[in-house]
Amino acid sequence: MRPDIAGQAYKGRTASIGFAHGPFVRVDATPTGGRAVGTPGDEERALRAALAFAGRQIVALAKAAGGDAAQILEFQVALLDDEDFLESTFAAILDGTPAEAAWVSALDKQIADYNSAPDEYLQARSSDVADLRDRVARALRGGDSETLKIPRGAVVCADDLPPSRFLEIDWSNGGGLALLRGSPTSHVAMLARARGIPMIVQLGAVSTSAATALLDGEGATLELDPSSEQVGLFKRRRELHRKNEASAQAILRRPAASWDGEKIRLLINIQRVEDIDHPDAQYADGIGLMRTEFLLTGRMGLPDEETQYAAYASVLRWAGDRPVTIRTFDAGGDKPVPGFTEDGEANPFLGVRGLRLCLRHPDVFRVQLRALARAGVRGNLKVMFPMVTTPEELEAGRALFAEAVGQLQSEGVDAALPPLGIMVEVPAAALTVEQFEAAFLSIGSNDLAQYVTACDRSNGSLAKLIDPLNPAVLYLIGRVAEFGRRGGTSVSLCGDMAGDPRCTAALLSRGLRELSVNPSALAQIKRTIDDLGRGGSRD
Amino acid sequence: MLETRKANGEIITGSVKLVHAAGMHARPAVKLTKLAKKFQAQISIRASEAAEWINAKSVSKIMALRAPRDSTIEFKASGEDAEAAVAALVKLVAADFPDTDP
Repeated sequence: MRPDIAGQAYKGRTASIGFAHGPFVRVDATPTGGRAVGTPGDEERALRAALAFAGRQIVALAKAAGGDAAQILEFQVALLDDEDFLESTFAAILDGTPAEAAWVSALDKQIADYNSAPDEYLQARSSDVADLRDRVARALRGGDSETLKIPRGAVVCADDLPPSRFLEIDWSNGGGLALLRGSPTSHVAMLARARGIPMIVQLGAVSTSAATALLDGEGATLELDPSSEQVGLFKRRRELHRKNEASAQAILRRPAASWDGEKIRLLINIQRVEDIDHPDAQYADGIGLMRTEFLLTGRMGLPDEETQYAAYASVLRWAGDRPVTIRTFDAGGDKPVPGFTEDGEANPFLGVRGLRLCLRHPDVFRVQLRALARAGVRGNLKVMFPMVTTPEELEAGRALFAEAVGQLQSEGVDAALPPLGIMVEVPAAALTVEQFEAAFLSIGSNDLAQYVTACDRSNGSLAKLIDPLNPAVLYLIGRVAEFGRRGGTSVSLCGDMAGDPRCTAALLSRGLRELSVNPSALAQIKRTIDDLGRGGSRD
Repeated sequence: MLETRKANGEIITGSVKLVHAAGMHARPAVKLTKLAKKFQAQISIRASEAAEWINAKSVSKIMALRAPRDSTIEFKASGEDAEAAVAALVKLVAADFPDTDP
């Protein structure tokens, strides 16, 4: 963007979305002053004192900020405790280098090292090291009291801003951050996002003097001394952004979605433990599907009981009282696992996959069942088996599970058999669902559609035929949902259909009252149900 | 995943795959050194069969490993509590550096 209107406009990269309109403040730190240099012994003592002082400051900042910020500052604390790291600095001091020069040169070397790293994440760490360098240097000079004097609500502009400086600024009245360099993956960007402070990085060169600024974190623009026309346009963008956010978030925060007077439970699917960190995940009614295949991808072989237990327990801890449905290993088909799945199957989708595979490898399966049985006492756990075709398979899985529970209990380990359910994805299971003694049912619509329409779902040229709204697929979904409603068995659907707003009306009208979607689809599906409830199409 | 063996009398080794999405970055490195420092044993670490073993109690050296996701992390330790140290460190990496102990 060029300054072709009144004020100057700059374009950068978004680090945190939001809008700020306020006084413009440059905070370029210029290291000034110096200190008298003493003997090597004096210098060593001075640096030790400065390190201790800086350490106390950082610990105090971390304590006041808490959460993410505290974790970020821990890296700096760890560097101050790192004898290997400090060794070369103290060696240089003993050789006659003044403390500050020795310290700054050691840190600059680290910074250069991080900056030369190929990945952006490591590059971003250089600002943490620069933060520490400057803090200790200030402490050495005794000028540690220089705090940033920044008016509230200001748009702060700097070359780069380290996390501890960010935390020293009072953001309680809003404001924004514009960095000439910086990175969206830096710690300060994480802090800005966590606090809802709009932030732009990589602006390049920006005029050093201006009275006011407009910062649009969404469009990644910074406008200095804007004309009234620019301010007007900015306010319109800000208003639009607020409205969109507010409507989706307002619906998301409601306790439950409802349709036709009935509560619709919206759960989430997770692929791995980190997925619960999605900001919208907290609004889910529980976890409808936790996949466990991520545990199998390690090159070190199959995961041990402790590794699995830790993963399951951490998700249960996060969920609290809410239900968590964990699916046992669903390998095979399009998810081969070396050393576990069968090689050379002509039709892997019709081969030894899901529960079929686990029943063939009781040694592997037993480890997972033990970890699940132990996790079962830690929260509201439900377990389901994938690719079940006949009731005998469910019973074989149940027997192994019960055996694992018994064994754990005889070892004196707390364990319980959780409610056992099945995925309904094989047409045979959908057609004979009455015969399964399952505590709950979860429809896997992706595989169900693939098997009902006889279309390989990885074959793009069949995409039209494998339409999940195919009447035969919907018939089976309706059949399973109806069985559940009559007999009081809970039925959910966890395939892609659940997260596709075009399918929502069809699913609800067929009797489904539980959908499990990816966290990113939660707000949209909740809004879709809300719209349908207000008299939208009922399919 | 846990592979400990006693070799040469007092040296305990163990290896584990790094599953952390971002590789060995700042938070995992801090957690690892904090844990290593709880043990008296001398503990070394290397990634992907590098020639050099480094001090597992030094956060700057561990960051300098730049171990990417899926690389193999090896520990070796000697001293009184070496066995417990290696087991705990392997567990930490295998469990993907959980925030609190389960």
